[in-house]
Amino acid sequence: MTAALSITGLTFAYPDGRQALHGIDLTIAEGERVALLGPNGAGKTTLVLHLNGILHGGEGRVEIAGLPVTPGDRRAITEIRRRVGIVFQDPDDQLFMPTVAEDVAFGPANLGVRGPDLDDRVTEALAAVGMLEHRDQVPQHLSFGQRRRVAVATVLAMRPSLLVLDEPSSNLDPASRRELAEIIRSLPVTVLMVTHDLPYALELCPRSVILDAGRIVADAPTAGLLADRALMAGHRLELPFGFDPATVSRGV
Amino acid sequence: MGAGHAHPLHLDRDSRVHRLAPEVKIVATLLFTIVVVVTPREEFAAFAGYAVLIALVALLARVPAGWLLKRSTIELPFVLLAVVLPVLGHGERVDWLGMSLSVDGLHGAWNIFAKGTLGVLASLLLAATTTMRDLILGLDRLRCPTVITQIMTFMLRYVDVLIDDARRMRIARLSRGYDPRFLWQVKAFAVGVGALFLRSYERGERVYLAMLSRGYAGRMPSPVEATAPAREWALSSALPVAAAGIAVAAAVLA
Repeated sequence: MTAALSITGLTFAYPDGRQALHGIDLTIAEGERVALLGPNGAGKTTLVLHLNGILHGGEGRVEIAGLPVTPGDRRAITEIRRRVGIVFQDPDDQLFMPTVAEDVAFGPANLGVRGPDLDDRVTEALAAVGMLEHRDQVPQHLSFGQRRRVAVATVLAMRPSLLVLDEPSSNLDPASRRELAEIIRSLPVTVLMVTHDLPYALELCPRSVILDAGRIVADAPTAGLLADRALMAGHRLELPFGFDPATVSRGV
Repeated sequence: MGAGHAHPLHLDRDSRVHRLAPEVKIVATLLFTIVVVVTPREEFAAFAGYAVLIALVALLARVPAGWLLKRSTIELPFVLLAVVLPVLGHGERVDWLGMSLSVDGLHGAWNIFAKGTLGVLASLLLAATTTMRDLILGLDRLRCPTVITQIMTFMLRYVDVLIDDARRMRIARLSRGYDPRFLWQVKAFAVGVGALFLRSYERGERVYLAMLSRGYAGRMPSPVEATAPAREWALSSALPVAAAGIAVAAAVLA
């Protein structure tokens, strides 16, 4: 079976010469949920923006379910952007249309879906995040947690094979955080989750990858990684006060 | 802002006029205003007829007269100008309450006042019965350039976000003892406006990235092509047609 995501030897330097990625190798199997951990400035967002070809130009190769990311090829990149759904950190950046339904329809409409099919996509995606009754609302009038859920729906409507979540739990109150976890767990897609929220990673992702200074420094089961104090301290990763991964009964 | 892209001039009611497609309302308002403006100022009866038409539409749209009058005060600066005209005007003069007024000026004042008021009332009725979103959709269906409707769409979405940003920044300034009472203290405010601009600029970039990630290729998907039924066009054309009828009748009878 081809991997959902396969990255080999990926490097990238910003135009100002700052080297952000130093040869990344990462493979994620279909249906896996993987957490991407690392301190601020480690290159996590840079890596994520390579997955759908928004950033490119370095060495190496990225493949999504066997299809290479080739930024020059318009047709291929459209298919890549369908397969890779990125949910950005600030839902206000993601939701730019005047109503929820229009925003969810934006992605599939770009793929050429029209008419009743488009309506079905919107309904399906909003139902998956439990926001169907808010379809005609204005994003500004939703709570932050609701907006984040709609942001997830906007990429689900494109029926992605890989869902990339950038800091999904940031700024959420505990109830919204738990609701989002339940939604993520219910989705039948491969998930790559960028997060600083280590308990969230433990709760949702059996496997974690630590990225630091543009290199992957660890790739192992999440519980083991979080329990490795020397590794954690070496890469500015800290567990919340009182949180001991060894004593947590996993809800997965 | 209230629910569903209301704006301060929108009156959320359920009426026949509210339910009309936005494009037919825009066209009807525009045509009505044109008829009003081209009517010669001496046709007093015609203007009375127009006022009756407006009153009928307001009744049909269930917009209270008080609500309309309060918002039509936007017209006041122009009315003030109109008041000055008879006093300063040239030519033939009449005496009224001991004042010598110019006949030409009186006509000019009446012209501004009558046409201005009717135009403002018609626009207010359009605004009261149509949400911002529908206005933009209507303009789009009337083949208004998409660049303009897209800019308006983005503004509609982000103006609230911007206002929120500005409010938070203001609270943060006040919380640090900022007490703007003198002109030289305006500096912090100006810097705040600059920061707001930078924030919006950066947000623009992030929004664009998020759009690219969802397959945006430089062209917005066209909104659903719903055309207003002929019945709605016929219904809304009643206003400009009646106005034109009044104008012609006034010209013929005079």
